Amino acid sequence: MTGFFTLLYKELLRFWKVGFQTIIAPMVSTLLYLLIFFHVLEAHVEVYPGVAYTTFLIPGLVMMAIIQNAFANASSSMIQSKISGNIVFILLSPLSYHAIFFAYIIASIVRGLLVGLGVYLVTLVFFDIPLMLPVWSLLFVVLGSAILGALGLIAGIWADKFDQLAAFQNFIILPLTFLSGVFYTIHSLPAGWQFFSHLNPFFYMIDGFRYGFFGVSDISPYLSLLIVAICLVAISMLTIRMLKTGYKLRH
Amino acid sequence: MLPAIAVKQVSKRFGAVHALSGIDLEIHSGEFFALLGPNGAGKTTLINIIAGLSLADSGSVSVMGHDVIARYQQARSNLGVVPQELVFDPFFTVREVLLIQSGYYGIKHNTRWVDEVIEHLDLTDKANANMRALSGGMKRRVLVAQALVHKPPVIILDEPTAGVDVELRQTLWDFIQRLNRNGHTIVLTTHYLEEAETLCNRVAMLKEGRIVALDSTQNLIGAMSTGKSLQLRLQPDTLPAELQPLQIRHDGGMAELHIDHYAQVESILSVLRSAQIQILEMHLQQPDLEDVFVSMMKNGGNQAK
Repeated sequence: MTGFFTLLYKELLRFWKVGFQTIIAPMVSTLLYLLIFFHVLEAHVEVYPGVAYTTFLIPGLVMMAIIQNAFANASSSMIQSKISGNIVFILLSPLSYHAIFFAYIIASIVRGLLVGLGVYLVTLVFFDIPLMLPVWSLLFVVLGSAILGALGLIAGIWADKFDQLAAFQNFIILPLTFLSGVFYTIHSLPAGWQFFSHLNPFFYMIDGFRYGFFGVSDISPYLSLLIVAICLVAISMLTIRMLKTGYKLRH
Repeated sequence: MLPAIAVKQVSKRFGAVHALSGIDLEIHSGEFFALLGPNGAGKTTLINIIAGLSLADSGSVSVMGHDVIARYQQARSNLGVVPQELVFDPFFTVREVLLIQSGYYGIKHNTRWVDEVIEHLDLTDKANANMRALSGGMKRRVLVAQALVHKPPVIILDEPTAGVDVELRQTLWDFIQRLNRNGHTIVLTTHYLEEAETLCNRVAMLKEGRIVALDSTQNLIGAMSTGKSLQLRLQPDTLPAELQPLQIRHDGGMAELHIDHYAQVESILSVLRSAQIQILEMHLQQPDLEDVFVSMMKNGGNQAK
């Protein structure tokens, strides 16, 4: 276990040492989103009865920040190590592929949690946001950021250059996030779009997370939990398999 | 006795290129072994396969009896590798890097040994400096230190002295020789053949993915057909008739005579003296590893054993 804890410690220290870029900056940009949407839309939209738009939006934005940062953490750590070559220090060591997997994933969860918590605490200063069922929210944060951490690891292992990683982020992660119901409830969408939203695993993360705040959601939180858990297991198995076979790491 | 490294019938292709073709090699415990060959001969590929950084297409490799695939954790715990590329993690200081690396090998409180390695490699002044701030030579020292944090019984150094100043080379070899005396098996690749000649007991030469020579350093040099020679610049520049049969070549005013034994030198000198020929310049040439290397690379695999 020492090997696993050391790699986890190293991964945590890595983003902590550049905390301005990895924690503060994403907090600031999320709060800017909030400020703009609050200014433009607050008076016009009411998503759930009795829930103001900003109140509805905040959990979505918090989850978006969590998703993006969990992905960024694993993916940038992996690709930087690959491109600079210092990944050999991990590859030469007797660390098991399970240890490598869990260390990267847990570091991603921690970074997602820190950024999400930071954004939430700042918004509490200005808005009154209920958190009715915190355990539900926490559950979706952990599972969601674990999925994104694993996706980040896959992207980081797959990409040979930063350009390819950016493509993965901009053409897969970003659309899935924006179209998952961060800014709206999918009941407001036409039937066709609703169908596509249901195919998006990110939708269940955000809907389940929001359920923890309002006790109201677009679909049953149990179903969301099940789908998110299945996604996590599937993506984890794929990631562990890549690490085990040495895909793009051991030539 | 169990070999430190056993390579059996290892082949590796990259696309159409046969990087390694059926390599068989056993490196014994406690050896100081050199892996030589021109760029692209397959040295680094072989090291990468031993270290688990590359996967062989066929064949098997074990380190201290542990298969590098089936028992990769035990194999890697027994192995320390200094990679050829000057890689480093820019987020950490030298001491952090070494303690983290220890942790990867499951060693928790390694401060004492890490401090010892830092001292032996003259890194004490830089122990708390960030990796980014280090010069190339210093980074190379840290790479060596990183390979040694877990006191591996088998240590592989892939061109550790490339682009390194004389002082570090000396420090490094002193330290590595001490490790070898304490029972560690050392494998190195280098382009400085005199290094291999002075340090190593045994040498393998690779060419185009095959081993073309594998023997003790002495035997390889002893088997050189060119033998020893004596180069002379004479005044007047004419060789006495009885020395003519010994002449191998004569260029630039320099006559080169073939000799089998050092005792012949005395008789050659006396012939010159009695012919009243003055010696302006004299060199005694003996084959070294470089000659063996050049001849092996020219003749291809003909002399493979």
